[in-house]
Amino acid sequence: MNTAELSCVCKQMRRDIITMVSNAGSGHPGGSLSMVELIASVFCNHMRIDPKDPKNPDRDRFVLSKGHAAPGYYAVLAALGFISRDEYTNFRQLHSILQGHPDCKKVPGVDASTGSLGQGCSIAVGMALGAKQLGKDSRVYTILGDGECQEGQIWEAFMAANHFKLDNLTVIIDNNGLQIDGSNDEVMSLGDLPAKLAAFGFDLHEIDGHDLDAIEAALSAPVVAGKPRCILAHTVKGKGVSYMENQAGWHGKAPNAEQRDQALKELEG
Amino acid sequence: MSEKIATREAYGKALVELGKKNDKVVVLDADLAGATMTKYFKAEFPDRFYDCGIAEANMVNISAGLSTMGLIPFCSTFAMFGAGRAYEQIRNSVAYPKFNVKICCSHAGVSVGEDGGSHQSVEDIALMRLVPGMTVVVPADAKEAEKAVYAVAEMQGPVYMRTARLATPVFEEDYPFEIGKANVLREGKDAAVFACGLMVNEALEAAKLLAAEGIEISVINMHTIKPLDAECVLKYAKACGNVITVEEHSVIGGLGDAVADVLMGNVCCKFKKIGIYDQFGQSGKAADVLHEYGLTADQIAVKIKETL
Repeated sequence: MNTAELSCVCKQMRRDIITMVSNAGSGHPGGSLSMVELIASVFCNHMRIDPKDPKNPDRDRFVLSKGHAAPGYYAVLAALGFISRDEYTNFRQLHSILQGHPDCKKVPGVDASTGSLGQGCSIAVGMALGAKQLGKDSRVYTILGDGECQEGQIWEAFMAANHFKLDNLTVIIDNNGLQIDGSNDEVMSLGDLPAKLAAFGFDLHEIDGHDLDAIEAALSAPVVAGKPRCILAHTVKGKGVSYMENQAGWHGKAPNAEQRDQALKELEG
Repeated sequence: MSEKIATREAYGKALVELGKKNDKVVVLDADLAGATMTKYFKAEFPDRFYDCGIAEANMVNISAGLSTMGLIPFCSTFAMFGAGRAYEQIRNSVAYPKFNVKICCSHAGVSVGEDGGSHQSVEDIALMRLVPGMTVVVPADAKEAEKAVYAVAEMQGPVYMRTARLATPVFEEDYPFEIGKANVLREGKDAAVFACGLMVNEALEAAKLLAAEGIEISVINMHTIKPLDAECVLKYAKACGNVITVEEHSVIGGLGDAVADVLMGNVCCKFKKIGIYDQFGQSGKAADVLHEYGLTADQIAVKIKETL
């Protein structure tokens, strides 16, 4: 997809996120909205996947380590035809395939069940290692939250990704700066994140996580042999909905009918 | 029963044989290859062995990822650090998605010995039994540990396999191993003793001591704690009217509770759990520690006699 087409997909995804979360009366809009351009770019322009054959063993893999951003994940899967938008009304409802956090047993196109923070990156490391073991050229992508990087296991995964020289792995950090209890800096400062990521040995790309061209450039940059890639994407939590932007309070709260209508209006066109 | 081999040793050797037959088998360890005995696999198949360093949570999830690629990971560490430290990783990233990961933990129970209570997991069976859909296997001797490795590799889905540090007698008799199917090692009418792991041998020795006094007990090897062979439990409970469980594990949540769950509401019989009674372990020679917690054959025989 070109930038204009991708931009359209992103807008639709944002509407879908608002629709899903407001329907359910719960969910995580803020961190779903912040990663829209990132997950859309990965899925629409980079991953070798086929909605008609979602289990193809030679496909690329994706792990949403920040699993609470499930609405954003479901929105991109719907955009590509892995699931139907008709499922949206079932999000977070009994017997739905669209669980509050992604369940790979239920949703076509979901490669790992996530939601318990800190674990997805390690799963992605295992997938990348498995691809190497089997001589497959599959690439593995994972999106992490910045708050999630407070989990020690994330750094275990980073250490292993570099130790095993997983240049088929791309770790994307949705660096929106906010978490449930406030800003990262208030809750538990991550310190100099770029320096830490560089020190762990990544092929590091620091970008504006809403700039589709910048994302494209970072995703398509030549592989540095033996180095996993890390894209540190600076984003805005709640991006695209004025009253949600940069508000920690919209991490895990659903808009009411009036707020929903306002959000959808802002996301028109 | 002269030869003594630890179940962890048999595990390590069996992995090599398995690795020769199945190139999808990969082995992971967390800096304990020399203790979990994955060192044999590492030497034979260095390209299919991953040392994850002292980072068990990461290792469990790397195993999860490897399994999604069609590989069969055997994820190895001590019971304390697998079932214990990485419990939630096993629960959410392995069992919840039903991934084909084999969590194989050695150094379970107080027979770890000298390292002491910090390293003696007496809760791992309970923790793993709790996890929905988890298969829990506790081999009794080296031969069984070997067979268990092949059996868990054959089945699809998450498994917890518990092995021990201590070298213990290898049973002379060779019997089949089928996941979920208990093995009756001795028949007797006075009590049905269900045991697992190292306690199977102790129960057999206890049976000999009791036989000398004219007491005949059945000894049943419950190598699979989950799914438990309920049919066998009910049959022997009804036949003997007196059930005793023996495990090198807390009496809370382990084999004893699994057997009790089957009996409750189904059979009216006497029932006693022998194991660790809500305590931590401690340092000492393995034999001394086992004795301290009442888990030697003569102590078990006394406890069985009390129920008659």
